[in-house]
Amino acid sequence: MPTVSVKRDLLFHALGRTYTDEEFDELCFEFGLELDEITSEKDIISREQGDTKAEGASDVILYKIDVPANRYDLLCLEGLVRGLQVFKQKMEAPRYRRVSPASSEPQRLVITEETTAVRPHAVAAVLRNITFTQERYDSFIELQEKLHQNVCRKRTLVAIGTHDLDTISGPFTYTAKPPGDIRFKPLNQAKEYTAQELMSLYKTDSHLRHYLHIIEDEAVYPVIYDSNGIVLSMPPIINGDHSKISLNTKNVFIECTATDLTKAKIVLDMMVTMFCEYCEEPFTVEEAEVVYPDGRTCQYPELAYRKETLSADFINRKVGISESTEHIAQLLTKMCLRSEVMSDGEQIEVEIPPTRSDVIHACDIMEDAAMAYGFNNIPRTTPRTYTIANQLPLNKLSELLRQDLAAAGFTEALTFALCSQEDIADKLLKNISETRACRISNPKTAEFQVARTTLLSGLLKTVAANRKMPLPLRLFEISDVVLKDESKDVGARNNRRLCAVYYNKSPGFEVIHGLMDRVMQLLEIKPGQGNGYHIQAADDSTFFPGRCAEIFACGKSIGRLGVLHPDVINRFELTMPCSALDIDIEHFL
Amino acid sequence: MADTGLVETLLRRVEKVDGGLDSQDVATSLGVDHQAIVGAVKSLLALGDVISADQRSSKHWELTGEGCEIAEQGSHEARVVSSIPEEGMPQSQLMKLAFGKVGFSKAMSNKWIRLDKGHEGGPRIFKTVEHLEDLVRDKLLLVQKGQASQLEEKEKNELKKRKLLSEVTVKSYWITKGSCFSTTITKQETELTPEMIASGSWKEKKFKPYNFEALGVAPDCGHLHPLMKVRTQFRQIFLEMGFTEMPTNNFIESSFWNFDSLFQPQQHPARDQHDTFFLSDPAQAHEFPQDYLERVRKVHSEGGFGSQGYKYDWKIEEAQKNILRTHTTAVSARMLYKLAQQEKFTPVKYFSIDRVFRNETLDATHLAEFHQIEGVVADYGLTLGDLMGILHQFFNKLGLKKWVEVGNSGMFRPEMLLPMGLPEGVTVIAWGLSLERPTMIKYGINNIRELVGHKVNLQMVYDSPVCRLDS
Repeated sequence: MPTVSVKRDLLFHALGRTYTDEEFDELCFEFGLELDEITSEKDIISREQGDTKAEGASDVILYKIDVPANRYDLLCLEGLVRGLQVFKQKMEAPRYRRVSPASSEPQRLVITEETTAVRPHAVAAVLRNITFTQERYDSFIELQEKLHQNVCRKRTLVAIGTHDLDTISGPFTYTAKPPGDIRFKPLNQAKEYTAQELMSLYKTDSHLRHYLHIIEDEAVYPVIYDSNGIVLSMPPIINGDHSKISLNTKNVFIECTATDLTKAKIVLDMMVTMFCEYCEEPFTVEEAEVVYPDGRTCQYPELAYRKETLSADFINRKVGISESTEHIAQLLTKMCLRSEVMSDGEQIEVEIPPTRSDVIHACDIMEDAAMAYGFNNIPRTTPRTYTIANQLPLNKLSELLRQDLAAAGFTEALTFALCSQEDIADKLLKNISETRACRISNPKTAEFQVARTTLLSGLLKTVAANRKMPLPLRLFEISDVVLKDESKDVGARNNRRLCAVYYNKSPGFEVIHGLMDRVMQLLEIKPGQGNGYHIQAADDSTFFPGRCAEIFACGKSIGRLGVLHPDVINRFELTMPCSALDIDIEHFL
Repeated sequence: MADTGLVETLLRRVEKVDGGLDSQDVATSLGVDHQAIVGAVKSLLALGDVISADQRSSKHWELTGEGCEIAEQGSHEARVVSSIPEEGMPQSQLMKLAFGKVGFSKAMSNKWIRLDKGHEGGPRIFKTVEHLEDLVRDKLLLVQKGQASQLEEKEKNELKKRKLLSEVTVKSYWITKGSCFSTTITKQETELTPEMIASGSWKEKKFKPYNFEALGVAPDCGHLHPLMKVRTQFRQIFLEMGFTEMPTNNFIESSFWNFDSLFQPQQHPARDQHDTFFLSDPAQAHEFPQDYLERVRKVHSEGGFGSQGYKYDWKIEEAQKNILRTHTTAVSARMLYKLAQQEKFTPVKYFSIDRVFRNETLDATHLAEFHQIEGVVADYGLTLGDLMGILHQFFNKLGLKKWVEVGNSGMFRPEMLLPMGLPEGVTVIAWGLSLERPTMIKYGINNIRELVGHKVNLQMVYDSPVCRLDS
């Protein structure tokens, strides 16, 4: 969930009234938001860097508000205020309009073929005659950053560039060039750099270095020029210094380059709808024309309004309420979804504005109706769904065995399913190739290299962490290991194992053997060949030579038991002899 | 047990006195070693309230070795006098006697003897008294009889100076009658035996009281892990509510079932390398229900089923990537797909509690793996009110009032359900929470590593109480 930080007094001023913290918290809840924290810049700095650093910082009260992940229209003060005012029925949702320039051709952005390989999409728009103040300007910059972090997926999907249109002249060209051929003065730098130089310059930049990987290895880098060859931006890394906007900027050219066109359109719509209220003609946006390599042209921003028709009955049935069609239409209108009851008195026509890109299905409309109705006002009911419960046989067996193993004097351990390769191979004197282990491609530490193929290493690590406990230690675990298995759709399967260890001054083979006998007794399998169980000597590198046996039940090999090899003891940093039992319990289903 | 005779004697003595008596005095008057009396007192105390005894310490005077000799044989000066015959004795001969030197000077100062220095044949000693009172001996005898109190302090100190007396501190008991006082005692038995039961002799016997202050012997037993005990309770709750357990024994899942089938777009941040564990071996899943996969592709990239879709280029390669499942909802998706393949839809209630994996930054409350609890209900006409009602019932059984903090819930989207082939009117409500979080809240554990993994202290496991979630 993204968190939006707004100045409280500015927010209250825009809302036209003040609230107590409790009242505002309540309002947030009703609107599906969460007032996460009440703080100030000073508080934040002093918490993160200490009191001395915080001296002189602003102590203006900030509200930190958690916003649902897909509500990009609530990521800035302007959007929040608009949403809340409409919700409180203090204003009607504005209608955003795309307009043609009064006396000239629209701005054009020409996309060349070269961009296809690296970042093929671009959209653009103009905010004409806008008036910035310091607060509006800050919010404008902040919204770009919020969009970059969220819907733009850290600029991989979309990157936004905003420019002072009066410093540049169209038509603009969006192309891609080898990094050595791109040369310009980037934002807030004193001199020109080639793209190559920039990439190494930003390697150490705490902010920009996170975006370098997006184009670093490409043969060509995206770049936007104006008709005089001035670089507007090198997306998704940096804008040019020449066209940077300031408090005095009157006309803003916004371009969004993207690998995902749908997202680019959403992001452009968000940028313009949030700030066009500061234009001379509020809520209008001047169109720009984008020319594709194949000659097609499109006008942006789309600012598309879409209509859905649904019935009051649908909403009532899904939410579990019985409200009139008129009331439901009213509730939806409060959520910026302008709704009208149709002539049959049952259907509602809902208009989804360009700010509500999150509404993609009638179920989203239903959810907004429920929110506006108030989740806490919905009567709680019990589904009449009649079903008979069943346990998973494998889990039922595991639960029963756990109880009886504890009754047999063994204590249950709970160990991790992920571990290092060393844990399941080297330390158990096994070769990794014989383990059938599934390997993780992106572990952050060696602790998560593989999925375990045995429970034994986890138990031995538990013993090692508890060497100070009185002896003997008797531990068990019944849980899943993971093995590669070609016959499964994912190429691997879980296997439910029962593993137990006995750690004491003497190996206690007879103890672990006795536990195995007890398990067989619990499973109603009698000693003997054929349909019974028996053990026979086996070679296994994990065990001390001559001290390992394979367990057979009903004619099938189900596991091993024996005294662990002294080298295994050493590798797990243990000092005493230890015997172990490891069986596959899926045979007993 | 101390000597029975002595114990009985002691009891008779105690019976006779009104207030009480000192063990030291008893020892003196009986002429037995004080330790023997102490033994008798202790064994009587072990019988319960026969007597009560308060320990106290007292100082008393005792004869030294030399003092004892004098008490027996007389003072040195008295012995000097008695060893001198009528005709006297040469001084040199007297000095040879053991008591000669000390006795000579004391007898001289008592004027019991005289020395004739000019006697022919050397200095000679004559006695000057016929009968003498040996006061030193008398005093020592008094002390020996335990009557030191008859002497004045000055006298005692003088004898102490002569190293004939010493003052010693004695620990003794002040013995009084107890609430169950009796002069006859029966030997107390420590434990009931089979013989006593067989013969019925237990009826006559007295049994040594137990010390109920002490702890018992810890039973030699195994223990279940606390988190698994909580898991058992959650299973129980679901079973009580009529939910059937899903087969979640597949940690490795394809991105298709974990994400795509749930209508989670392929660019979603949860599918990032930083959040999810991907597999290099086996890296890809094969075998998907082809027509279903096609419907999933379509709803993502083009929409349909009433949806706008996400309108992006959906790639099978992304869907094929194997991962460690990030939620058990992947299994719910498989189960709902399976349900949709039934000839006729039947309502279901499913649950699972099993491990899920996140490639997250680890801290005090986050591990790379944890247990997810999930409940799913699929039926015609379920409402948000039903979801809230069932959640209320579920969390009521947990005894948790503030469940919003620990869980997530909602209705599955039509873009997930309709491509599976579930009928249009079927709604699926679901909720999930972690097993660890409520367990930590319940038991006041702040660091998850104290609860899960090989580093946990087994003592914590040994000491963990039974799990009753609703109390």
